[in-house]
Amino acid sequence: MTIAVQHTSPEEKKIWNLLETVTDPEVPVLTILDLGIVRSVELAQLNNHQLKPIITITPTYSGCPAMDVISMNIRMALLQAGYQQMEIKQALSPAWTTDWMSEEGKNKLKAYGIAPPQYKQAVCTPEAFRDEEAIQCPQCNSWNTILVSQFGSTACKALYKCNDCKEPFDYFKCH
Amino acid sequence: MNPSLIDYTLHLADNALIIGHRNSEWCGHGPVLEQDIAISNIALDFIGQARNFYQYAAELAGNNATEDTLAFLRDVPEYKNVLITELPNGDWAQTTLRQFLFSTYQYYFYQQLQNSSDTRLAAIAAKSLKEVTYHLRWSSEWVIRLGDGTEESKQRLLTAVDELWNFTGELFLPAAYETALMQEDIGVDLSIIREQWHQKVQEVFAEATIQIPEKSWAQQGGKTGIHTEHLGYILAEMQFLQRAYPGAEW
Repeated sequence: MTIAVQHTSPEEKKIWNLLETVTDPEVPVLTILDLGIVRSVELAQLNNHQLKPIITITPTYSGCPAMDVISMNIRMALLQAGYQQMEIKQALSPAWTTDWMSEEGKNKLKAYGIAPPQYKQAVCTPEAFRDEEAIQCPQCNSWNTILVSQFGSTACKALYKCNDCKEPFDYFKCH
Repeated sequence: MNPSLIDYTLHLADNALIIGHRNSEWCGHGPVLEQDIAISNIALDFIGQARNFYQYAAELAGNNATEDTLAFLRDVPEYKNVLITELPNGDWAQTTLRQFLFSTYQYYFYQQLQNSSDTRLAAIAAKSLKEVTYHLRWSSEWVIRLGDGTEESKQRLLTAVDELWNFTGELFLPAAYETALMQEDIGVDLSIIREQWHQKVQEVFAEATIQIPEKSWAQQGGKTGIHTEHLGYILAEMQFLQRAYPGAEW
């Protein structure tokens, strides 16, 4: 078995297009490409001349339960497209960061009602009671919002409340 | 094959699994919904970190070991977690203080471990450090809030300090496998962390208007498998299913 293709070939492009259809089970508006968790796509040539995709993904948080589901969904998408063999690998390094989220992904998050991570990476410090950067309410666009908790409905989100429209909302926190 | 590396990796995995399990006991019992969610999220981060370490330890150990056999089929004397992680949760003050003391240690530990010559440990450390940063911040805020709070909250925090302090020394007393790996530039130099830990604890305690206790005696044993009676109860609950129905899945 050798790695058949080094640069983005039409076959590889096909795989990337398939990955575009796989979404995050917990934030279904985001594809895994929007999230920035696909690190590489390789194609290996098998003895029977078929191609075997090797996809490397990286977890957002160490304990994110979505990773197993995402791996399974990638497998399903590839099987449906006719690939019989495939390998989904996980890589921890370099560690995932919200900087890898696409601009399109950030826009989709906001439309879905989740405040996207800051465009400029906010530094997460261990210091207690530091002033928070202003986070814009995804419902009414007010900047008059307040942090309720650094931990929210999933590992990747913090909980905020808007002081103007009074709606609580999730913020996809910087990481 | 480096037996010290397996022990070292298991020690880190066990630390994360056991404190994660303790924190998960709060799920559904937190004082308010947001804090229930917070501590459950922290528990989840720990279980994830534990899995990363167990997967590595299983690869190192071979012999058909998996992350599951390491977590579910080892008994008390084989566990290498520090004692402070297995102590009962007590009240909210004791839980958040334990988290603060442990997260401070983990924060500086992972900072060093991410430069390890073992690239796998370095990768897990770099990944985990991002999560621990949030844990440290959250738990620092609770220590300050309780210490500089009401008469009752302060008293509860002081009681927790009294309960937990003798278990902090063990964090910095290296087991043989830690000393061995430190000499190979794989493991962390605990004497450096001890200084950093003390400074951070002092800062947060000062803001919480409480003092670091004078006593310095350290209860130890966890790193080499000598545990308090509490660990057996944790494992009994955690491992029951896999012991009674080996290989059960759902």
